[in-house]
Amino acid sequence: MAKLKDLAQMEDRLVAGHGMCLGCGIPLIMKIVLRATEDPLIVANATGCLEVCTTIFPRTSWNISWVHSAFENAASTIAGVESMYQALKKKGRIPQDKKVKFLGIGGDGGTYDIGLQALSGAMERGHDIVYLCYDNNAYANTGGQRSSATPVGASATTSPSGTQSPGKLQRRKDLTKVMAAHGIPYAAQASPGRWKDLYNKAKKAFEVEGPAFLNVLCLCPTEWKYDEAKGLQLAQDAVDTCVWPLYEVENGKYKINYKPRKKKPITEWLKPQGRFRHLFKEENASVIQRIQKEIDEEWEELNRLAGFSQQK
Amino acid sequence: MSTLKTLNGNQSVAEAARQIDPDVVAAYPITPSTSIVETIAKFKADGLITGEFVCPESEHSAMSLCIGAASGGGRVMTATGSQGLALMWEMLYIAAGLRLPIVAGIVNRSLSAPINIHGDHSDTMGARDSGWIQIYSENCQEAYDNFIQAFRIAEHLDVRTPALVGLDGFIISHSLEGIQVEDDEKIKKFAGEYKPVYPMLDTDQKKTVGPIDFTDYYFEHKRNQIEGIENAPKVIEEVGKEFGKEFGREYGFFEEYRTDDAEVCIVVMSSAAGTCKDAVDELRNQGKKVGLLKPRVFRPFPHRKIAEVLKRMKAVAVLDRSSSPGAFGAPLFTEIRSALYDYPERPKIVNYVYGLGGRDIKGEHFKEVASKLERIAKTGKVEEIYGYINLRE
Ligand SMILES: Cc1ncc(C[n+]2csc(CCOP(=O)(O)OP(=O)(O)O)c2C)c(N)n1
Repeated sequence: MAKLKDLAQMEDRLVAGHGMCLGCGIPLIMKIVLRATEDPLIVANATGCLEVCTTIFPRTSWNISWVHSAFENAASTIAGVESMYQALKKKGRIPQDKKVKFLGIGGDGGTYDIGLQALSGAMERGHDIVYLCYDNNAYANTGGQRSSATPVGASATTSPSGTQSPGKLQRRKDLTKVMAAHGIPYAAQASPGRWKDLYNKAKKAFEVEGPAFLNVLCLCPTEWKYDEAKGLQLAQDAVDTCVWPLYEVENGKYKINYKPRKKKPITEWLKPQGRFRHLFKEENASVIQRIQKEIDEEWEELNRLAGFSQQK
Repeated sequence: MSTLKTLNGNQSVAEAARQIDPDVVAAYPITPSTSIVETIAKFKADGLITGEFVCPESEHSAMSLCIGAASGGGRVMTATGSQGLALMWEMLYIAAGLRLPIVAGIVNRSLSAPINIHGDHSDTMGARDSGWIQIYSENCQEAYDNFIQAFRIAEHLDVRTPALVGLDGFIISHSLEGIQVEDDEKIKKFAGEYKPVYPMLDTDQKKTVGPIDFTDYYFEHKRNQIEGIENAPKVIEEVGKEFGKEFGREYGFFEEYRTDDAEVCIVVMSSAAGTCKDAVDELRNQGKKVGLLKPRVFRPFPHRKIAEVLKRMKAVAVLDRSSSPGAFGAPLFTEIRSALYDYPERPKIVNYVYGLGGRDIKGEHFKEVASKLERIAKTGKVEEIYGYINLRE
């Protein structure tokens, strides 16, 4: 396990000067993930906050090769770069011992929604790539519209709360499980609040042969509407309430990487965030109950899967 | 030594692909282009090509893969048509905007709805402003020859623009023809080695590919891109001549057929031009001064060169295998009519849409067009500027 001090001394692959919001979780995630391999790394980035904020021509914050082509195709774009790498290696135009790693990155919109097909295809075809989803639960770049990762009860601009609505009504898509169901060697869920766990997972993802998927909860003070100074506490609350369990699926085996000693009530997660404010009105009490019930069920199910994997 | 082989249009394109052996082929099946993709897959399975073959989950991803692969740094191709090309639409513009010289074999097919699998040019005409070079083929031989030349044209440093080669669905894609297939070595030599300009896989030099432009740079970057395709004519000409010197079949921007002393002229692209040649021969035997102009390159449009030929005609009919609903004429017609505008002496010009959804066009139809042109030439009057051929009204 790398020490924080050693990691801090590694050259930054995404440098300062980008335009991401104060308290944004993306640079936090990038700092850790981009350090998890020492091999040359090429990134394909979906349209979204990270892409827009880091490459305003004629400047770039990327200290490695990086490509953006569109919103829904980071997975197929990086698969293309990787295919070229395989071809040139076979043809002898890239030295046999030269290792390059390939990372596709998208937000939850570019991954859970519009990019799901491309991602599924790339995973199924077995490209030697890592795909990282930074899941901030919304289309943040375009002003906070709902995605299929937006949680129940959150007010997003296309699922706003109102006199007749408690915000988003539908359950989140469980993308990590969807990816694991592809039978890929490695899929994991992590949070920047627990950087060591995130680092280990990213390292594993880069090391496995074949496709790997990382789903990382991403703080978004702008759309979640909380005091950005308290971001890391919120990230910790996400795992302590089991809203965002830390687990990995390695060759089909589920493993929970962190179990809160005492599961916190869901309100600890909901309360600090403006996007859930309306849920604390009397008429929405049942929504909070629903959320708690669903989180409990999901946590139970995850434990069942992990227990089952242990017995195997 | 070149050998005579019996191949259909799709096999001809696949054969050219085998000989060139691009570094990455990413393609998705759609009728009638499927057998290009299948044949290349089989080449790969049999070890006849060394490049990677990827069959992704959609055409959108196929073009995205091509874009990723080309920015990685290497030679890239795909094949598709119709709905497949339509699904790629977003990525076509991006390939061109990123100046990636991807080559696509497009088996021209109509667009839904109604769904129809037969040949027309709606697909590529729909992509005519995407920034791609567009070259059309009359037969299997031309499909083979054009596909080979497309790499050289697209990859030229002054051009760096993706190129598509069209061949008519079924009519060419599935018709067997005796074609001259050149030696592998000679084709490899002709295609040459491709040196990508900013390969991301050269990781010692970091590149940011596809950053965001605001109002301060977008326009200039687009202007640069336009310059690339504007530089293409010189290269198309050189490559077409070199191909002729090497293999005995020279290519330019269009083919003129018996236009020398023609008074009326039919303009038609792709497979229908073959039928038209027969009709012209018959009419010539009857002493009628009819000629044919068959555009080969539609983008960049050789407007001046075409106008120089047509300006001296008395009447011209432009036949389009696509429509542009609500526009003043179909795509080829509007180009040509506009190209002639600056000439004080110019022909009367009419437009006929034919062959949508694979509807046949026969010799008799061309003869009807020719007699209409003769009437226009004689009276100097155009009664209907825009019409349809072989259509039940
Ligand atoms: C085909 C297409 N549809 C819509 C958009 C507009 N768009 C750009 S970014 C974006 C949202 C991105 O959301 P997400 O992937 O969650 O990333 P984030 O903005 O949160 O970083 C949308 C809707 C687009 N660029 N392309």
